[in-house]
Amino acid sequence: MIGGLFIYNHKGEVLISRVYRDDIGRNAVDAFRVNVIHARQQVRSPVTNIARTSFFHVKRSNIWLAAVTKQNVNAAMVFEFLYKMCDVMTAYFGKISEENIKNNFVLIYELLDEILDFGYPQNSETGALKTFITQQGIKSQTKEEQSQITSQVTGQIGWRREGIKYRRNELFLDVLESVNLLMSPQGQVLSAHVSGRVVMKSYLSGMPECKFGMNDKIVIDKQGKGGTTDDTGKSGKQSIAIDDCTFHQCVRLSKFDSERSISFIPPDGEYELMRYRTTKDIILPFRVIPLVREVGRTKLEVKVVIKSNFKPSLLAQKIEVRIPTPLNTSGVQVICMKGKAKYKASENAIVWKIKRMAGMKESQISAEIELLPTNDKKKWARPPISMNFEVPFAPSGLKVRYLKVFEPKLNYSDHDVIKWVRYIGRSGIYETRC
Amino acid sequence: MTDSKYFTTTKKGEIFELKAELNSDKKEKKKEAVKKVIASMTVGKDVSALFPDVVNCMQTDNLELKKLVYLYLMNYAKSQPDMAIMAVNTFVKDCEDPNPLIRALAVRTMGCIRVDKITEYLCEPLRKCLKDEDPYVRKTAAVCVAKLHDINAQLVEDQGFLDTLKDLISDSNPMVVANAVAALSEIAESHPNSNLLDLNPQTINKLLTALNECTEWGQIFILDCLANYTPRDDRESQSICERVTPRLSHANSAVVLSAVKVLMKFMEMLPKDLDYYGTLLKKLAPPLVTLLSAEPELQYVALRNINLIVQKRPEILKHEMKVFFVKYNDPIYVKLEKLDIMIRLASQANIAQVLAELKEYATEVDVDFVRKAVRAIGRCAIKVEQSAERCVSTLLDLIQTKVNYVVQEAIVVIKDIFRKYPNKYESVIATLCENLDSLDEPEARAAMIWIVGEYAERIDNADELLESFLEGFHDESTQVQLQLLTAIVKLFLKKPTETQELVQQVLSLATQDSDNPDLRDRGYIYWRLLSTDPVAAKEVVLAEKPLISEETDLIEPTLLDELICHIGTLASVYHKPPSAFVEGSRGVQHKRLPARAGSGESAESPEVGQSGTSEAPPAVIPSQGDLLGDLLNLDLAPATTTVPSVQPSMQMGAMDLLGGGLDSLMGDESDTLGGDIGGSPSMGAALGAPAAMPAALSNAPAVGGGLGDLFDLGGGVGMPTGFYVAPKTLFLPAMKAKGLEISGTFARRGGIIQMDLSLTNKAMSVMTDFAIQFNRNSFGLAPAGPLQVLTPLTPNQTIDVSLPLGTTGPVMKMEPLNNLQVAVKNNIDVFYFSCQYPLSLLFVEDGKMERQVFLATWKDIPNDNEAQFQIKDVHLNSDAASNKLQGSNIFTIAKRTVDAQDMLYQSIKLTNGIWVLAEMRVQTGNPNYTVNRNKESCQ
Repeated sequence: MIGGLFIYNHKGEVLISRVYRDDIGRNAVDAFRVNVIHARQQVRSPVTNIARTSFFHVKRSNIWLAAVTKQNVNAAMVFEFLYKMCDVMTAYFGKISEENIKNNFVLIYELLDEILDFGYPQNSETGALKTFITQQGIKSQTKEEQSQITSQVTGQIGWRREGIKYRRNELFLDVLESVNLLMSPQGQVLSAHVSGRVVMKSYLSGMPECKFGMNDKIVIDKQGKGGTTDDTGKSGKQSIAIDDCTFHQCVRLSKFDSERSISFIPPDGEYELMRYRTTKDIILPFRVIPLVREVGRTKLEVKVVIKSNFKPSLLAQKIEVRIPTPLNTSGVQVICMKGKAKYKASENAIVWKIKRMAGMKESQISAEIELLPTNDKKKWARPPISMNFEVPFAPSGLKVRYLKVFEPKLNYSDHDVIKWVRYIGRSGIYETRC
Repeated sequence: MTDSKYFTTTKKGEIFELKAELNSDKKEKKKEAVKKVIASMTVGKDVSALFPDVVNCMQTDNLELKKLVYLYLMNYAKSQPDMAIMAVNTFVKDCEDPNPLIRALAVRTMGCIRVDKITEYLCEPLRKCLKDEDPYVRKTAAVCVAKLHDINAQLVEDQGFLDTLKDLISDSNPMVVANAVAALSEIAESHPNSNLLDLNPQTINKLLTALNECTEWGQIFILDCLANYTPRDDRESQSICERVTPRLSHANSAVVLSAVKVLMKFMEMLPKDLDYYGTLLKKLAPPLVTLLSAEPELQYVALRNINLIVQKRPEILKHEMKVFFVKYNDPIYVKLEKLDIMIRLASQANIAQVLAELKEYATEVDVDFVRKAVRAIGRCAIKVEQSAERCVSTLLDLIQTKVNYVVQEAIVVIKDIFRKYPNKYESVIATLCENLDSLDEPEARAAMIWIVGEYAERIDNADELLESFLEGFHDESTQVQLQLLTAIVKLFLKKPTETQELVQQVLSLATQDSDNPDLRDRGYIYWRLLSTDPVAAKEVVLAEKPLISEETDLIEPTLLDELICHIGTLASVYHKPPSAFVEGSRGVQHKRLPARAGSGESAESPEVGQSGTSEAPPAVIPSQGDLLGDLLNLDLAPATTTVPSVQPSMQMGAMDLLGGGLDSLMGDESDTLGGDIGGSPSMGAALGAPAAMPAALSNAPAVGGGLGDLFDLGGGVGMPTGFYVAPKTLFLPAMKAKGLEISGTFARRGGIIQMDLSLTNKAMSVMTDFAIQFNRNSFGLAPAGPLQVLTPLTPNQTIDVSLPLGTTGPVMKMEPLNNLQVAVKNNIDVFYFSCQYPLSLLFVEDGKMERQVFLATWKDIPNDNEAQFQIKDVHLNSDAASNKLQGSNIFTIAKRTVDAQDMLYQSIKLTNGIWVLAEMRVQTGNPNYTVNRNKESCQ
């Protein structure tokens, strides 16, 4: 199991050091600093073995978190734990920075004591932790409160406490998708997938039982068989094939496995209900058509056309096209029909920004790039043209069909709950080779 | 108020000041002071002098302060054991506190204070806490048992905590169950033979129930524990799989990977024709792909594991090639791993896409990545024959870029392509030769020289090219020197007239001016060959080379199976067994996959991890590939994985050779090696020329003697039908092994081959951590279990161990045939020795051939395969001899008496399926036996 956990600043100074096991000595702290933080080359692996001691590290801005062990630990678990640790810290004091860590070091030690016992990760749900680890120290609790805390921390529903009350029962569902594309210069889709998340903000009283439904092909087909036949054709078209999905720990996985229904008691506040991935029938919101011509040895002509490919009534926002330029660029002239374009020498790219663009439109940029003559034999690698955007629909085609709330003990019904659903499609890694 | 100020105090006299503050009456000031102490402790300052003052602050109602003091205690208690006792009272009192959080805090902290004296006081509170009414306290106490076990294992056993811990597996609270499982698993790891985690269908059922209810971490503990269980039959296996599969949709990647581990392992037991087996295969792919959308560090862990899974069950991900395409912004460690998997998944169906991608990668910035991409193109060519031509043209395109390292890498892989498809792509040689000057890496130079030598007859100026390398001969690396020597000799044999001067020059450079024994030896061998028998030289040097194999850097199957049992863990990230990087007894235990249903093995050995191969570092013993490669003058890049040397046809050759070697062993002195080497003339030539002659000569008497030994028993007493066991001989003198003396012998008992070893410690210090490993050998002998030296070997102590051997290890012909190279490891070093085992060790119990079969086979055996020799001074009659021999699995099929001579017809079967038939003539009264031996290899 995890033998120790260290947090360093960018200089390699230790901010937090917590050792859980005897086999981890003080020298481990230095070994990591010398061999990884101060290493000359770029980090080649997130797992490093130094003198039979293994170091796992993640970096958040310029803070290094390192878990140390001498055993054959579950590596995936260690990384998941480090991410969780970051989440917990962020939930307690915001951004992970040297300043914040130093200001909250007592709290961090307290957290580390609670969520890692002898190197075994324990309950690390912030909702539960916040009930008894506070910066003010423990308030004197009544006996009931104490046992409620412990039963929550160890209980089956560790992510929600009892007795939550809202005057207005409300929930927000955000379907956030990032669409990833790699396209060849000829316009052939090399790989495309959507990775989506359903984020839920719930402000519901009591211990509500929720059921979430979407246009999952498997579910719809199953219903189609049992239901009316003329319906299937229509719904079959609208349903989507989900390659795989993962759920927050509140979702009953065995029920999903057997009936493919998503039922759960949600945590209070914001959390990620599910993640999913689709690869079939993706709506690619934009198409990039590059044209790069080398004119002699000192000049490049670049022309890029972007086409929006969705309903004309919808508007895409925050559109940014990034056209890489060679390292020996000396000057750039750009002409674009829409938006603003600038050559950014420090980033070796032309950045073209468009605030808004409706569906089924087309826009174009052309640029002349002057190059300094070099005798560098190495050819310019031509990095792909990348794109950023935000569209108000789900590129995967996912639709929320329902989210039902049942709370038998309190007297509010599914109809009383105010529900909001929003779809946002963003670009993930959206690249076209040129 | 910010706490960061505590990090900045660096005044002198600080300790003194802190002392005063700690003793202050004001609570706030006290707390501030303790915070300062903790901050100093964090940055590595020694504040142990404040121990009594800090401990004094312990008696407080303020929980925050209490936690800080506890933190301090955990750090310094060990250095101040006497003072730490002062804290005990508070702990004991806290364990009775009405607040469960405080009770748990006390028991948690107490376990972290690693002072022997304190542990005694810990027992009572711990016992209470294990039975506490509050689950939070129980789950903390469960972990505390593991802590205590780490400090004092005996105490935990004596106090009966292990049983209490076992009871907690049935606890009503899932988190208590999870922590108890975690603690028990860890304790069990340090007691490999105990049946601590008594996994039976009932407990498994409890675990599976808790699995649905506990935290994500608890699910990981339980799944990892489940993976150690071996189901009784395929039905149980299936039902567990069914209950584990829902975990594949968990958001936590570690839960997913641990579930994959359980499924991969239990799948072994399912019959392949089962519908469920196919369903399971299909279910595994999507979650594995989803892992690739996790954060990069987790992606890395996932990719390393997918690499193993793809090798074990390629069918799972064969359609998912695209997800492994490299993204421009992936961290380099993710890119390199993806590339590896792409090559593994490359097939005729997707090769076009893969090649297009690889070409793209070859223009990237990171040098390592580009090199690997170029190499990958070469590997695709070798793997998918249809793509070879496109790969070659892609490589030529890349050579045109003139980027130095790309060119060099391309030349290295083109050499491999030539080895796979000889006489097909020689047209590109001209292009390669243009780049001769830019090659500055030894591997690339060696590859280029090899190409020039190999195709010398088609390169007009081959002599000039090679001569140009010769100028700086002594500055070259050994690899290049050896290659140059061979290439020039090849050139000479192909164009003897123009190159006589050149070859003399290189031979004298190699033999007279070089300090390198390898180079000198090779030089002399060539020289002698050329001067005595140029025809033989041609046969040796220009022999046809075996083709190289497709898959090159595959993980060795037994290791792969072990790593599959470790999916998700560090072992799977390093691709090494845990023993390679974990100290001490933990993890040295080897895990293995369960046997498929129906095979007897699973029933006999339900305990996982009892068996396994040895754990000496695998790299120390030269692998077969390197050795053979060397002999075949293919010493290009011995260290890299891309130079493949062993492939099926060659192994066949080796088997054949074995047959040939067997003849010589059986006493046929006239049969010099290489006579009937079957399909692989080059092997014979290469092996035969340098080394085989003297070895073959010395073989026969040695083994003849061994056979004689079998008869010697006749004079002695002992079990008449038992297997003859030679007395122990000294294998490894203490002088050579830092005080470890090993003597031993071999025996066959009840069908199991055993190596009896006596280990004597003649050094001054205690020896521990013994392990054994064999090099590849003629009959694939390999340890079937770990070397059982459980107690440390104290000075002057001798310990006798019996190591069971299997015959399923890797095969390589040895000289002499029954030679065995062994590596023994202990805490001091790794030692090597070689010994010879009696061939009779390999005679199997079912070696009795049917009479008719015997008759038919006897007639079919060609005369070449016949050998004859005499055994002298045996005073036994034929029946006694026959009985005696039967004890050693030499079976008498028939007996005939002709002219006062008893003719015994006997059959022997070797572990590798080769039959030996013998006719033994015993003349009554004549102590000399004449034996005619025939051998037949039977596939």
